[in-house]
Amino acid sequence: MTHLFSTDHRTIGRQYLTLALIAVITGTLLSLLMRTHLVWPSWKLPLHGSILPEDYLSLVTLHGTIMLFFVLTTAPQSGFGNLILPSQIGAQHMAFPRLNAFSFWLTALAFAVLLSSPFVYEGAAISGWTAYPPLSAIPSAGPGQGLGMDLWLASIAIFSIASTINSINTLVTIIRLRCKGMTWDRLPLTVWGWFTAALLSVLAFSVLLAALLLLFCDRHAGTAFFIPPGDQVSGVIHAAGHPGNGSPLLWLHLFWFFGHPEVYIAILPGMGLTSMVLANFSRRPVVAYRLMIATTLAIGVLGILLWGHHMFVAGLNPFASTAFSITTLVIALPASAKVLSWIATIWRSRPHYTTAMLFSLGFVSLFITGGLSGPILAQPILDEYLHNTFFVVAHFHLIMAMAGVFSLFAATYYWFPLISRGRLLSERLGRWHFWLTLYGAYNTFFPMHFTGLAGEPRHYAQLTQIPNAAGHLLAATLPLNLHITTSAFILAASQLIFLVNLVRSFRHGEATPANPWQATTLEWYPCFNLPTEPLMAHRPPCQYIVTASGDESFLPQWIEDASVDIKSIKRE
Amino acid sequence: MPSTITPINTERDKKRHLDDHEGGHGRRPPTDKRTGGGGDNDNWNDRPQGRRGPREKLSRARLGLFFALAGDLMFFVAIVSAFFVAQNSSHIDVYNRYVNQWLPTAIPPILWLNTAVLILSSVTMEVARRSMFRETDVMDEWLGIGKPLTRRVLPWLVATTALGLLFLAGQAVAWHQLNIQHVFFSSNPSSHFFYLITYTHAIHLFLGIGALIAALTALYASRLLETRQILIDCTAWYWHAMGLFWIFLFALLAFFQ
Repeated sequence: MTHLFSTDHRTIGRQYLTLALIAVITGTLLSLLMRTHLVWPSWKLPLHGSILPEDYLSLVTLHGTIMLFFVLTTAPQSGFGNLILPSQIGAQHMAFPRLNAFSFWLTALAFAVLLSSPFVYEGAAISGWTAYPPLSAIPSAGPGQGLGMDLWLASIAIFSIASTINSINTLVTIIRLRCKGMTWDRLPLTVWGWFTAALLSVLAFSVLLAALLLLFCDRHAGTAFFIPPGDQVSGVIHAAGHPGNGSPLLWLHLFWFFGHPEVYIAILPGMGLTSMVLANFSRRPVVAYRLMIATTLAIGVLGILLWGHHMFVAGLNPFASTAFSITTLVIALPASAKVLSWIATIWRSRPHYTTAMLFSLGFVSLFITGGLSGPILAQPILDEYLHNTFFVVAHFHLIMAMAGVFSLFAATYYWFPLISRGRLLSERLGRWHFWLTLYGAYNTFFPMHFTGLAGEPRHYAQLTQIPNAAGHLLAATLPLNLHITTSAFILAASQLIFLVNLVRSFRHGEATPANPWQATTLEWYPCFNLPTEPLMAHRPPCQYIVTASGDESFLPQWIEDASVDIKSIKRE
Repeated sequence: MPSTITPINTERDKKRHLDDHEGGHGRRPPTDKRTGGGGDNDNWNDRPQGRRGPREKLSRARLGLFFALAGDLMFFVAIVSAFFVAQNSSHIDVYNRYVNQWLPTAIPPILWLNTAVLILSSVTMEVARRSMFRETDVMDEWLGIGKPLTRRVLPWLVATTALGLLFLAGQAVAWHQLNIQHVFFSSNPSSHFFYLITYTHAIHLFLGIGALIAALTALYASRLLETRQILIDCTAWYWHAMGLFWIFLFALLAFFQ
């Protein structure tokens, strides 16, 4: 039991990663059910029967909630953050070890509460991960809006508190526990990613908590923060018991003030990791290191200022739409600067194509592909047409889900020796896993651009048997949808390779030397337990030398006197 | 032509000692933070974490609390933003009239008294906090003469707890008075916010009273002076923050309805 409730940051990091792995398997299975239902609406789920529209919507809701909160927030920020961050800054532990354990168990509790929601009367919430009122504000509005919705609110509230605690821990650890010589501009970019994401978490999750509280009051205390006057649901006027000028728009503002920073919380650690991994395997310093720090922070700041781009068609003031459109287009600048740096880092180098490197290259590829549709959606006039179509689904699945997951895979292959105490994942299986995943990711999510442009809406349980012209439109997307479903199964099946690789390598993986990737950051300091003497950082990370003859050497941050001055050697 | 274009690190004159805790703002007492002022040139930053002199853990806890309070501030900022949005929103009814249903809630006068009580409790809390850092007392403790520190701090902590409970009782009276006037949580957009703000703030104060009780317990239970200092210091800053939040929230409820 002492191990279960451990306060050691590596144990807690592993616990978070285990939770995220369970969550990602759950979320993937739910998405496969959704894809199957879209292509074969009459298919009966064993032990359940036909998938009704409300079942489909609850699948959508659970899939989005699990993936966003319990995978893309938990794994990079809490999981790898706890596992690697203290070692990477030369600290022995996190700033508040017991709070750390507490926040993990809160997260686990939140996950348990969420997983319990499909089993209550009328089922899980069906409002999507955004839980838009007025339907979500009225318990009697329909299936899943009663107890299922309350459980959803409770789960996310608990998760918010846990996430805030974890972020406070991360921030204080980075500010106060850096070892001697680890100045701010020597911090690895992963740490900058964690730092910015933690700042966003502290600012954004509180606002979500406030919004959840207001929604809860609307549901159970007779208030009308979000319920408009004269609100009718299925012919019943619900506003009688809720006096006031409530507006769903208020929820959208509060929710997206959290929700947009949230998607950057999901991706920023991955961006930092990508920089470090690309630099490490192409044996090059990160191009424009300080600018990369600045763009990380700029993405963080801008990420707080563009929540309105989710609300272009929700009745937002058009002038506000213009402002939000501009801030959204502006965030493409630091993002493009990052892409340029990634490309410049590997430009004309001779990379070692390890699996971690491949996944980081895949991250860059998916980030570009998914990112290019960002400025398209950022324009209100285009969003008029594209909003709530599968074009949006394609955009965020490529840039957030797939890029985020690719960075997680890169992290897993890269840091596995630190997770498994000195074993490597099989590179051969890793390469199979990478190429199949890349194929599956592109073939699943890229065609969604086309079905979206053809008019396929999100959150529609059925595309067949719809009358009139709309039915013709939707029927035309079915061949592509069949392709998407097939690819989704290929994508999911190729993850079995990864799982097999994980399970096998934990026991029988190749034992590794202390620093298998010849990395320069402190977490690879050659010992698998705590360093005996206090660490010290003597230089920035990513110092490599490749001579003309192809001889490589590297200068880790912990080595004191370098016989050779890295700057004096001209790069070929 | 200079012989070296870029000076090597040892020659570079640092504008600012990055390993100093002092950021050049002159906010700290004039002890040499790197040596503890003992003149032994023992630079604390060369030591591993956990051995960097007194108050290392305290500064960590304070920083953590600061970030927690920043998040908490955002919580109230969100609610206050919603307050102004709701105050200024209206709808067109079926008779094509422009209707704003906001009826300002007249605040019970006892809130003024409560505010005074809360300010007073912040004063007592600050006395308790500063008493924790009196060096003579610390020496007394180290020499084992007794627990003068505990005896000095305890009354002020108890006073703070009592005043906090008095404030909460006063809030309960205010809610009761409003209920008598048939102003309930769900009566009106304005009353939604009056109750929501006072309730959430009261919950925060409850947490603060929990922290005070923990600090009182630690005064007796904890053998480490540092632990006691951390608990009382962080409780004090939290209490002050809640007082400050209340002043702003009270001003909002009193003058911006």
